[in-house]
Amino acid sequence: MTPTNKPLTKNIEPGRAPFTFAQYQAAGGYQSVAKALTYKPRDLMKLVQDSGLGGRGGAGFNTGLKWSFIPEPDGGPRYLVVNADEMEPGTFKDRLLMENDPHLLIEGMITASIALQATMAYIFLRGEYKEAEHALQQAIKEAYDAGMLGKNIAGSTMNLDMALHTSAGRYICGEETALINALEGKRANPRFKPPFPQVSGLWGRPTLVNNVETICNIPGIVNNGADWYKGLGFNGQSGTRLSGVSGRVKRPGCWEVPVGITFRTLLEDYAGGMQDGYQLKAFLPGGGSTDFMLPEHLDLPMLAGDVQKAGSRLGTSLIMVLDDKTCPIGCIHNLIKFFAHESCGWCTPCRDGLPWVEHMLLKMEQGKGELKDIDIMKEACGYMGPGNTFCALAPGAAEPLQSGLKYFHDEFIEHVNHGCKYHNH
Amino acid sequence: MAKITVDGKVFEVDPNNNLLEEILSHQQDLPYFCWHPSMGSVGSCRQCAVIEYANDQDQRGRQVMACMTSPRDGARYSIEKAHQFRAQAIESIMTSHPHDCPVCEEGGECHLQDMTVMSGHTYRRYDGKKATHTNQDLGPFIGHEMNRCITCYRCVRYYKDYAGGTDFGPQASHNHTYFGRFQDGPLESEFSGNLAEVCPTGVFTDKVFSKHYARKWDLQTSPSVCAACGVGCNTNPGERYGTLRRVVNRFNDAVNGYFLCDKGRFGTGYVNSEQRIRVSMTRNSHDGRPSEISPGDAKAQLLRIGKGGIGIGSPRASLEANYALRELVGKDNFYAGVSDAEFGLLNQVLDIYRSKPVHVASIKDIEQCDAVIVLGEDVTNTAARIALALRQSVKSIGRDMAAKLKLPQWHDAAIRNLAQGRHSPLYILSPQATRLDDIAKQVHIASAADSARIGFAIAHAIDNSAPAVNDLSAAEQALVTSIAADLKAAKKPLVVSGTSSLEPALLNAAANIATALGGDKRGNLALCVPEANSLGLMLLMEGSANSLGKAMQAGATNAIVLENDLYRRAPSASVDKFLTGLQQLAVLDSLQNRTGEAANLVLAAGTFAETTGTFINYEGRAQHFYATFKPAPEIRSSAKWLCDTAFGEEPRIHLLTGGCAALLPNGYKLQKLTPGADWNFAGAKAPRQHHRYSGRTALRAHLNVHEPKQEQDEDGIMNYSMEGVPPTKDATVFNSPWSPGWNSNQSLFKFQRHTGAALTQAGHGELLLDEYTGAKSWYPATVAKAAINGFAMFPLYHLFGSEELTAKSDAIQAKTTSAYIALNPADASKLGLAASDGVQVQHNGAVPYLVRASIAPGTVGVSVGLSGLNFQDLVTPGIALNKAANWQNPKDWRASNIIVSDAGSDSAYGRGVQGR
Repeated sequence: MTPTNKPLTKNIEPGRAPFTFAQYQAAGGYQSVAKALTYKPRDLMKLVQDSGLGGRGGAGFNTGLKWSFIPEPDGGPRYLVVNADEMEPGTFKDRLLMENDPHLLIEGMITASIALQATMAYIFLRGEYKEAEHALQQAIKEAYDAGMLGKNIAGSTMNLDMALHTSAGRYICGEETALINALEGKRANPRFKPPFPQVSGLWGRPTLVNNVETICNIPGIVNNGADWYKGLGFNGQSGTRLSGVSGRVKRPGCWEVPVGITFRTLLEDYAGGMQDGYQLKAFLPGGGSTDFMLPEHLDLPMLAGDVQKAGSRLGTSLIMVLDDKTCPIGCIHNLIKFFAHESCGWCTPCRDGLPWVEHMLLKMEQGKGELKDIDIMKEACGYMGPGNTFCALAPGAAEPLQSGLKYFHDEFIEHVNHGCKYHNH
Repeated sequence: MAKITVDGKVFEVDPNNNLLEEILSHQQDLPYFCWHPSMGSVGSCRQCAVIEYANDQDQRGRQVMACMTSPRDGARYSIEKAHQFRAQAIESIMTSHPHDCPVCEEGGECHLQDMTVMSGHTYRRYDGKKATHTNQDLGPFIGHEMNRCITCYRCVRYYKDYAGGTDFGPQASHNHTYFGRFQDGPLESEFSGNLAEVCPTGVFTDKVFSKHYARKWDLQTSPSVCAACGVGCNTNPGERYGTLRRVVNRFNDAVNGYFLCDKGRFGTGYVNSEQRIRVSMTRNSHDGRPSEISPGDAKAQLLRIGKGGIGIGSPRASLEANYALRELVGKDNFYAGVSDAEFGLLNQVLDIYRSKPVHVASIKDIEQCDAVIVLGEDVTNTAARIALALRQSVKSIGRDMAAKLKLPQWHDAAIRNLAQGRHSPLYILSPQATRLDDIAKQVHIASAADSARIGFAIAHAIDNSAPAVNDLSAAEQALVTSIAADLKAAKKPLVVSGTSSLEPALLNAAANIATALGGDKRGNLALCVPEANSLGLMLLMEGSANSLGKAMQAGATNAIVLENDLYRRAPSASVDKFLTGLQQLAVLDSLQNRTGEAANLVLAAGTFAETTGTFINYEGRAQHFYATFKPAPEIRSSAKWLCDTAFGEEPRIHLLTGGCAALLPNGYKLQKLTPGADWNFAGAKAPRQHHRYSGRTALRAHLNVHEPKQEQDEDGIMNYSMEGVPPTKDATVFNSPWSPGWNSNQSLFKFQRHTGAALTQAGHGELLLDEYTGAKSWYPATVAKAAINGFAMFPLYHLFGSEELTAKSDAIQAKTTSAYIALNPADASKLGLAASDGVQVQHNGAVPYLVRASIAPGTVGVSVGLSGLNFQDLVTPGIALNKAANWQNPKDWRASNIIVSDAGSDSAYGRGVQGR
């Protein structure tokens, strides 16, 4: 069989129910499990590391390298936790995978568990993802029935159990240590690192937390090798990834694209460009917690380094389009309101800084803004910046604000002087 | 050690500590909220930010939280350069604070006020609405004003993580995080009062204090020692206008550290009680009517009664008072005012400490122990502060795991996550479920006698030269094997027991286990004793056989009873007989009681708050306490009432202390407890009043515009005045901590060698008993077995209510109940008891009953010291119980105040060995 060039979505057809275990297996599924069982765990980690696969949750850290920090087994339990708490504003890629090809995730989890010598695998699922919940539940049951999970998986000596946990719903649960706390039944506050979860994670045991999409890449890499994976990208980049567009474009959606295509390709070729009568004013490249980018950045490749040079972060690589008829300040206010509400309340800049910013943005929108508020907001962005907070929530939340203050400075002034001109508020 | 540079200053630091501790320990000011020296770091408040520079070339540096940073050798740090961030942090923290300082109990000693000023937030820019909360009624001890909360998480880290409370926690999230109970109701932890000190602002306040509030600087305070049990926690009581307003913790690194129990903190209301004896009274010999008598006449009468009479001392009176009585009546006529059973047990405690190669564990030691057996002592109710220490000892497992991962010991959250609720081994042998069962590896329900048997067997299993026990059941043998293995494997094993079960064999068994554990290091042993000066009294007895029973049979015609209600010490009938046989009875006490009612002469004695003296705690640690305020002239300390001319009519206390020194082992150490009566610093004494004490010239202005002369304290080195040497200059007598810019109790670090460590100048008491250095020896493994008719009785102690004086405090009254018995559900149904029934206890009256699943059938717990039943009248091996006729629960029966895990019949407790 010729290896696919769309390892993530090859089984997905809009409108068709997801593959059952039998259909999935007939389409070449679960081969990576048997293959992985022939590897030494460390070699499997090396394979994943060599493929260049980066974490798809937003940080982009090399997955195999992250795995390699797990200590050697000591006979006690070890955990793989899949972070399926997809709550980043404007991000809906993991949902696509889980609703439409749940066995791909399960296969990836089994294969990853073989590499990690995990004894138990969890899926921490966003509570609102009801459809994904049903699909995964069904798929897990089928995998158990087929002997892929439970005792002696795939006829091997290895045991692996899998459980689906549906979250009560907090954005902070996307942070891996807060997720671990939530899974333990504790408040979803992040933990300080070190100790890293690989050493002391879930219930104090070695734990790897990976994003859904990241794990879905594992079967392809194991089946077809690191070189194959490296060949999938654009312009010498490694692999494919799910990218998408929301906002006033002709065809909003999510697609598997070669890593390294430009924003323009995504926006124009995949999403069909802006709707008629709307101009692109700016866009958030990868979720609500990234800095705005401008039309002048459209020809940059969607790569972490290039996006960083443009002053933003690639994040989840699902872009949100801000058009010329939507109030940028209203947009930022909406995001900050979300982040302020989702602050776990643990550390001060996030807990008490975001509500203050939200208050000032609301004043702007209500025509009660003051010039001094602009200065305070600028200050607040630094205050909530990286290194000042316990986790990345507040620094991320500050990103659309700080770039908004830079790019839309005149509009802020105009809001102070004349109120919001964009109606409908 | 490592060398670091902070804003150009070079400091030697210990890299095992965090940077915040080191910066504070070097007397630099760096604001913080969430860090606490006893609770470590979690990095939540972000207030202690500093800039860390990678190397000499690094000009930009990176911001780190000092509390979450290990100082690196050779590194440069700047507090100054992170000033702006800290100002922003406090500004945002304060956005929802109500700014109600004028009406806040914390005002003037508020860490939040201090840190706000220190962080440089002076001008408020936030103009939005404040987040607001509803407050809860948290019971009689703690006030709740959530709107003041700055979300530092200290309360929950203290209440849940440190003190093991389960009925309080954080709720909701973002800037509406709420700290409280799931619904209104009294806090269940016996250590809730510390919330008022742990909270950096006025969310949790001392409700008892609030009822008669005064600003910190208007309180006259002194270094004191808690009189409520045998642990000897150091306290700092505060007085204004002649009433005792509150008690706060006084740091002593070897004893109570930063925390008190709620009895010690809230149990001093009796000092202001209506039942106080405020004048001396004599009883008319014709009609028995009492009349007031002048102090001079009272004293003359007292001395007359003393000559040729007998004296009965007191375990709750100071060493000096007991000594004065002993001197007055003569050694041979001086008797110990404790029950005869307790007399034997206390002598046994002293014998163990002096003749067995064990280490007597301080609370600081206990906290570090990594395997513990609690043998028949309900420590939460008899020596509460030790229970809090045991909760720290079981955290050894997390500390060890952190050490293995090379994580610092201050990293509180990591240690908790590593331990995941697991505990290092703690075994409890008890006739009933206890409040420490949740952290126990195993709870074994057994009578004191059976616990002793098992204890002897454990000693034998550890060291087979210890005497063996032959009649163990298989379950008991398994328990013995498990306990012995854990204790043997531990680095610092500990045995906790005490006198409260009234079982002599239990103490012997505890001693044998601790002895058996001795090798390169000594086994740790802590034996709880009932009262503040139980061991002090017994040391003054010098091994004499003068028990209370002997006193009552001595045929005396005259007797002096020192601070004691004999009806709490011996059966009523024998006390009645003794008292009616006397011609003259003088009683010195602070509160009216039954013994006082029988006296010809009652002398108004000062409480701990009005007297100066010495207590000796369960370890044999002598600690000095200073009077907080001077009582009315009619009230004197017992020691002074009892002094005859040998010391002068009104001797200075140190002369009496000196007298004790000649009698007690290592008595010379008593002289080290205070710097000496004539100590001064540049000619000045130490002040009891804050230098901001206000209204000194106005207090009496409505009576007379002339300022009265300041009261003199002839006893020692403290003034009843704001004049003198503040502790910032010399902390030899460490009173209430204060330092410029640090008005709250957080200023303590300014007086410590290192944050959380010993005070720079003040001592931590003196251990009088030398550790025995001879060879191991054993008590025989014998347990006296009495034939039991009816129910086998064991005592039930209540932290709130069992102790005589604290029980007379309003706040304690609100948390206690009247007397009751507790028994197994099967026995309750056998007796035909319905929920609303009462139980007739022999011929001693009827009381309500409580069903507790953990209590073994055939045994019954009987409350001690609660009103409605005198435990002393029941001391027989077995008692008869019957359903009471025409029963109605007394109105002060409040079952909801009894906090147990096994009430009712459906609890998880069965009988026998409980695995966890």
